[in-house]
Amino acid sequence: MATDLSRFRQTFIDESRDGLDAMEAGLLGLERGQADADTINAIFRAAHSIKGGAGTFGFGTIAAFTHRVETLLDEVRAGSRAATAELIAALLAAVDVLRGLIDGAAAGASDDPSACVDVAARLQALLDRQPAVAGPAVPAGPADTAPAGWRIRFAPQPEMVAGGNDPVRLLRELATLGEATVVADRSRLPALEALDPEALHLAWTVTLTGPAATREAILAVFEWVEGECELDVAPLEARRDAVSPASAAPAPTAPPAAGGGGPPAPAVGRGAAAPVPGDATSLRVSTAQLDELGNLVGELVITQSMLGQIGRDFEPRRLEQLLSGLAQLERNTRELQESVMRIRMVPISFAFNRFPRMVHDISARLGKKVHLRVTGEGTELDKTVIEKIGDPLVHLVRNALDHGIEPPEERRAAGKPEEATLTLAACHRGGEIVVEIADDGRGIARERVRAKAVERGIIAADAALSDEQVLDLIWHPGFSTASEVSDLSGRGVGMDVVRRNIQALGGGVELRSREGAGTAVAIRLPLTLAILDGQLARLGAQVFVVPLVSIVESLKIDPGQLGELAGRAQVYRLRSDYIPVLRAADAFGIPASAGSAGGMLMVVESDGRRAGIVVDELLAQQQVVIKSLEANFRAVPGLSGATILGDGTVALILDVPGLIGMTHRGGDGSRHGHPRDGLAVAA
Amino acid sequence: MSAIAADAGAPAGHAQYLTFVLAGEEYGVDILRVQEIKGWDVPTPIPNTPDHIRGVINLRGTIVPIVDLRRRFGLPVAEYGPMTVVIVLKVHGADRQRIIGIVVDAVSDVCSVGGDELRPPPDFGGAVAVDFVRGLATVGGRMTILLDIDQLLDAVTAPAA
Amino acid sequence: MPSILAVDDSPSMRQMVRFTLAEGGYEVVEATDGAEALALARQRTVNLVLTDINMPNMDGITLVRELRQLPAYKGVPLLLLTTESAPEKKAEGKAAGATGWIVKPFSPEQLLATIRKVLG
Repeated sequence: MATDLSRFRQTFIDESRDGLDAMEAGLLGLERGQADADTINAIFRAAHSIKGGAGTFGFGTIAAFTHRVETLLDEVRAGSRAATAELIAALLAAVDVLRGLIDGAAAGASDDPSACVDVAARLQALLDRQPAVAGPAVPAGPADTAPAGWRIRFAPQPEMVAGGNDPVRLLRELATLGEATVVADRSRLPALEALDPEALHLAWTVTLTGPAATREAILAVFEWVEGECELDVAPLEARRDAVSPASAAPAPTAPPAAGGGGPPAPAVGRGAAAPVPGDATSLRVSTAQLDELGNLVGELVITQSMLGQIGRDFEPRRLEQLLSGLAQLERNTRELQESVMRIRMVPISFAFNRFPRMVHDISARLGKKVHLRVTGEGTELDKTVIEKIGDPLVHLVRNALDHGIEPPEERRAAGKPEEATLTLAACHRGGEIVVEIADDGRGIARERVRAKAVERGIIAADAALSDEQVLDLIWHPGFSTASEVSDLSGRGVGMDVVRRNIQALGGGVELRSREGAGTAVAIRLPLTLAILDGQLARLGAQVFVVPLVSIVESLKIDPGQLGELAGRAQVYRLRSDYIPVLRAADAFGIPASAGSAGGMLMVVESDGRRAGIVVDELLAQQQVVIKSLEANFRAVPGLSGATILGDGTVALILDVPGLIGMTHRGGDGSRHGHPRDGLAVAA
Repeated sequence: MSAIAADAGAPAGHAQYLTFVLAGEEYGVDILRVQEIKGWDVPTPIPNTPDHIRGVINLRGTIVPIVDLRRRFGLPVAEYGPMTVVIVLKVHGADRQRIIGIVVDAVSDVCSVGGDELRPPPDFGGAVAVDFVRGLATVGGRMTILLDIDQLLDAVTAPAA
Repeated sequence: MPSILAVDDSPSMRQMVRFTLAEGGYEVVEATDGAEALALARQRTVNLVLTDINMPNMDGITLVRELRQLPAYKGVPLLLLTTESAPEKKAEGKAAGATGWIVKPFSPEQLLATIRKVLG
């Protein structure tokens, strides 16, 4: 059976790209002095996996190149090599080379060893300078004199079988090498009453003849049981001393030396250069998601056959069946569609990952000190959106580095820490994703913006503009032009293009800036596809969705624990605590149903503040696709969006933090130094 | 907004209107803004919104608000019946286009109105605020109130009073 | 059908191992690290465990050590996937209770041959 390895290559390429990102992040961490074992292990593991996979899947150049990287990292891990700036720089260069090689592999190009010559030589120089603990010297095995045969005495230790090695297997394997005669030695067998059935008391002597029966082959059979047996392998003609199998262990394959004198490798720097576009072509899907898709297709097939049957022998009284079948078909189709859409959701870290390196490289080139802070990188959004916000983000980050953040001297003079902070943050807010790029730099000088706008003829010299209007000029198409764009930011692309791109996605951009304090750009992206794990609950006649993440517990309401405070606020006694209660009529304008006595209390929490929501009935828990209320309507306080249920109706999603914050004002229903405020909603 | 005013004011050009009935009066909307007409379905009510927002519906995966035009115009409230329809409109706002549904008593016809037939609305001092009215025209002998539907957007986007 | 627990943090290796062994007529259970594998192994006993060494959460050698503590895993072959023939890793693995090892890179054919050898 020759297995076609190419089918696994795409997976290998994808995981290697992730691995390289992880290596890069780890190396940048090391550079900042974050030399903990976890970081180093993570970097090592990534290199190790790439090397192993590359070897297995037939990428020899990658495997050989990564071997050096791995060796260096292993020494760092073992503490025998220091993570110097030089080493980190070389390893970062190696990451770039590997990215190039992986891209080449992805494009189906054959390995081009010349691409890595320079960096390979750099790594080799590092390896040479401080030799690692010498590996086992490769003993020149005794010349095979091809004896007529071998006498093998094999005496396992009694506990060998517990380690999973079956002597019968070893003997059988030995027999594959030639003609074997096996004689069991029962001399060590104890008396029956002393016999431990799990211990091994036998030994064997095997006489083996045949052309394949070399000493190496024989020792290879016993490779795994070295140290768990006595083994003596002697040629049949003349007895020799016992040989320890270890001395004939296969030699580690030496990595091919870097071909010297090759053409100088092109600089493969990534960093500030355009990001690798390769990651757009494939998407990894969890088996759980595939299973879900499979299930949905299965349901679809069942529905289809049911409808087919109704169609074949239709009679009017089956109309109801037909209609319900069609409704089921509609539901299946929608679920299938949503499931497919959900697969497209990826964390925004895909777009953020390039920035640590980019910020590192650019700030180094500009002589600025910048600390990049990234938050909310797990926030999920649609893959197509991720792909399209990449360039605007790059532009904004470059702008911040280039124009916003001051050189260290200037910051010092302004009384700021020398190291600037650049923040990349993502979060969900009311059915939208907000991505913010903020710096604590010099901010935007209004009079300079104004002067430039006058110079460009965008506004009249005497135009009366508010601060905000001046800031708005930055988005004007004619504002930034290629002529004054530095080599780093812009490339002739103005902020207007950034805004246009974001608007094309149905989003918006907001700019805030304070002179001397910094600039922040917030990108809002609609999240028609964001998903949420929700608890469906009936409140009055309506079904609402409560995000599972904010639910602490749900319990049956004991009317005796429901009380009133100051005649208005309701509280519920939950064990030793009181949590506040607010009527649904107040919060939602929903007509109160007959009585909440039979209802459930959903205890929710946000920012450490607990509250209860009284619902009439808990329904299913399910993943729901968040739909924006704002797209065609507007933001509604207390709601974070809406979703479409299986029956096609709209259910509203409660904004738990918003609800708690909304009714926060002074309502404190707790005691005993456990100030917890919030609300409970009673239907 | 200015772009819309320009296109409404196109002289001599005829524009087509979808006309409908509301409390016995005939109204019209620019047919180019009509996305579809559908029957009345109970929408999902939205808490803390004015009375004329009946709620939201699922229109092939997007959430669309439903505005009761009688309530918005302060006309007497009517029971929804089999003739009640929802006209789904494309409304242009300052930043983007929105899709909204308006509930009307019944749809009547499609008619063509020339720019010169359009009369400015008199000061009603009554039911329908002048803001919503683009002009008046006589169609088939009946006075028809042609609506500027972009003004309806306020009915949707304004927060609860 | 003999069952094999394959443990590796690399999806491509898992994919290759699963595919190869499934073709070879084995039932394959997968885990992405030692901790997950150990949890799985506590729920059911497999006929053989094939594990990578370098993994997050719990490495392969620790996994082997933990598995050998389980009565159900006494005598069950536990094979390590090692990247090079570093003798100290093998010795460490053996000391922890590993049955043997397969040296990466290996071809699907080599993998299957080794597994056949062990499981018969």
